[in-house]
Amino acid sequence: MHRVIKRRTGLARLDLDELWRYRELVGFLAWRDVVLRYKQTAIGVMWAFIRPFVTMVIFTVVFGRIAKLPSDGIPYPILTFAALLPWMFFSTAFTDAANTVVGNGHMISKIYFPRLVLPLASVAVGVIDFLVSMAFLVVIMVIYRFAPSPHIVFLPFFIILCAALTIGLGLWFAAWYVKYRDIRHLIPFIVQIGLYASPVAYSTSRIPEQWRFLYSLNPMVAVIDGFRWSILGRTPLYVPGLIAGTLITMVILFGGLYYFKQTEPRFADFI
Amino acid sequence: MHTMVAGYGVSKLYRLGTGSTAYQLLRERLMYALRHGFRPPPQEGTDFWALSDVSFTVGDGEVVGLIGKNGAGKSTLLKIISQITEPTVGEVHVYGRVASLLEVGIGFHPELTGRENVFLNGAILGMGRAEIRRKFDEIVSFSEVEKFIDTPVKRYSSGMYVRLAFAVAAHLESEILIVDEVLAVGDAQFQQKCLGKMRSIRSEGRSVIVVSHNMATVTSLCQRVVWLVEGRVKAEGPTAAVVGRYLSEGLQNDLVWTPRHATTEAFHYHSVSVVRGDTGEAVEAIPADAGVDVVIDFSINTSFSPGRIEVILRNDSGEVLLTTTSSDKYPQNYHAWTLGTHQWRVHIPPHLLAPGRYFLSVTEPCGGYDILRDNVLSFSVSEQNSLVARDGRQGKVAPQLEWTRA
Repeated sequence: MHRVIKRRTGLARLDLDELWRYRELVGFLAWRDVVLRYKQTAIGVMWAFIRPFVTMVIFTVVFGRIAKLPSDGIPYPILTFAALLPWMFFSTAFTDAANTVVGNGHMISKIYFPRLVLPLASVAVGVIDFLVSMAFLVVIMVIYRFAPSPHIVFLPFFIILCAALTIGLGLWFAAWYVKYRDIRHLIPFIVQIGLYASPVAYSTSRIPEQWRFLYSLNPMVAVIDGFRWSILGRTPLYVPGLIAGTLITMVILFGGLYYFKQTEPRFADFI
Repeated sequence: MHTMVAGYGVSKLYRLGTGSTAYQLLRERLMYALRHGFRPPPQEGTDFWALSDVSFTVGDGEVVGLIGKNGAGKSTLLKIISQITEPTVGEVHVYGRVASLLEVGIGFHPELTGRENVFLNGAILGMGRAEIRRKFDEIVSFSEVEKFIDTPVKRYSSGMYVRLAFAVAAHLESEILIVDEVLAVGDAQFQQKCLGKMRSIRSEGRSVIVVSHNMATVTSLCQRVVWLVEGRVKAEGPTAAVVGRYLSEGLQNDLVWTPRHATTEAFHYHSVSVVRGDTGEAVEAIPADAGVDVVIDFSINTSFSPGRIEVILRNDSGEVLLTTTSSDKYPQNYHAWTLGTHQWRVHIPPHLLAPGRYFLSVTEPCGGYDILRDNVLSFSVSEQNSLVARDGRQGKVAPQLEWTRA
């Protein structure tokens, strides 16, 4: 095995085979974060259930009871949860992924491994949480005797779309954060704005027709509407929005991968 | 002999920002863009070459030592060979799998058990799950912490922690091992075990590159030594010759430390130096009966949360001999800082230190947390007028204590 270490000029290579060799490290880091979270909190594993439950109750009470937003005859907890599921995954995993490179700066300055492993591990933790929340949604649907729509077969596509967007945006911010330390303050702000700019607490049908396409340039709109459409099946899918959202997600993902790989060799110099 | 690692004209440029840090603020970058459009901003700050034109080779079955003062570029070179950072100019050719141990126990988490940490650390070092599982028993028995393997490592003594961490690294299957001063930790017996492990690595035809300040270790372990001075190769060759020259040039002590950059804006070290306690002169070898003064010049530039400076003294084997802090006489463990420049002095009384070489580390308060500036100074205490020279007594310190007739 012969390797030449020199200054990289030109374009970054993705080096997916190297990433594949380190796939177990992704698993170990994700496992570490999960184990630590449950070791460090008194309530332990219950935490995974309490968080989605409390969020759902708040959304149901505030928007369903107090604001009395229309629900098209769907039980409000299911209506909100179908949207909360991708949103919670995105907001948590994006924040963790964006912070992970600087957060593990000590490791980066002391040992080599493909740095992509770090944000991927954060997203993997998000996937575990997502599966727990998903099980939670199934329980609610059983309680309300609500059968999912036949569109449910398309749900995996929207899950993948959501994960792709989370990884892509996470990579951009993780790499920026190494160079610009005030990005830290921007991350929660983006999540906050994103919540209002996405149809989590309301339905896309409330957006005026002429703004519909502009609104759909936020790729989380396609993701959340897709989740609602797959699970609840009531409102028809807005296809131009779905296409725009998917394309934008692809640009963010591949751009993020490329930007991350391009700046990766200098991470250790900035940390 | 086959070449395992070869460096050709390796140079590394670091650009130190106007502030204290390499990274920037997006806010400043955007303000610049607003005023000047999207032209790249002029590069501010100073350049400095951590390495310039360093060439070397390491053959199979060879242990090569890297020696030199702090800041000579040893760690930067190890980081380049380990692929942590890239060289600005030049190339390093590596023929084989590299295991680098710039620190033991990377990724160790205090809440996790010994077993969990072995798997995590092994994976970070590049081992697969199956490989770790296969070697697990061997690792644990090498580390001698069998009984506590399912205990969180936060309950470990520092010796146990280091033993476990080194054990994982020692079982990596690599052709090239890179070690940075890790032997300075652990008790003497375990150090011997580590040295033995490194010799066996050599006998298997694998190569080792080791950085050490301890010339006894370098001499017993390495066949060849590369001596770096200010980022350049000063000498390279058989250990005895190069180490002999290194020691005889009388330059081995760093009596003054002036940091290249500060970590924060708020606190800035101008210099830390070691002088004779009685006359205040900076001398290579301080007589045992003179005492040692550590003189610390620093400034506080912005109002600053309470903190303290710590001075840590290590002996030649890397053992911490004592720690002293600027707040030792304050009950709250800290004292308030005032703005401006300050000079503080720590007096180490005569006869406390036995003859030998000492390394001094200081902490840099950063408001809430401290950064350790490791081994920034070194000095020697000579045998002149020492109690040890008088009767060859034992002990890591040789204090002159008060004896009274009851």
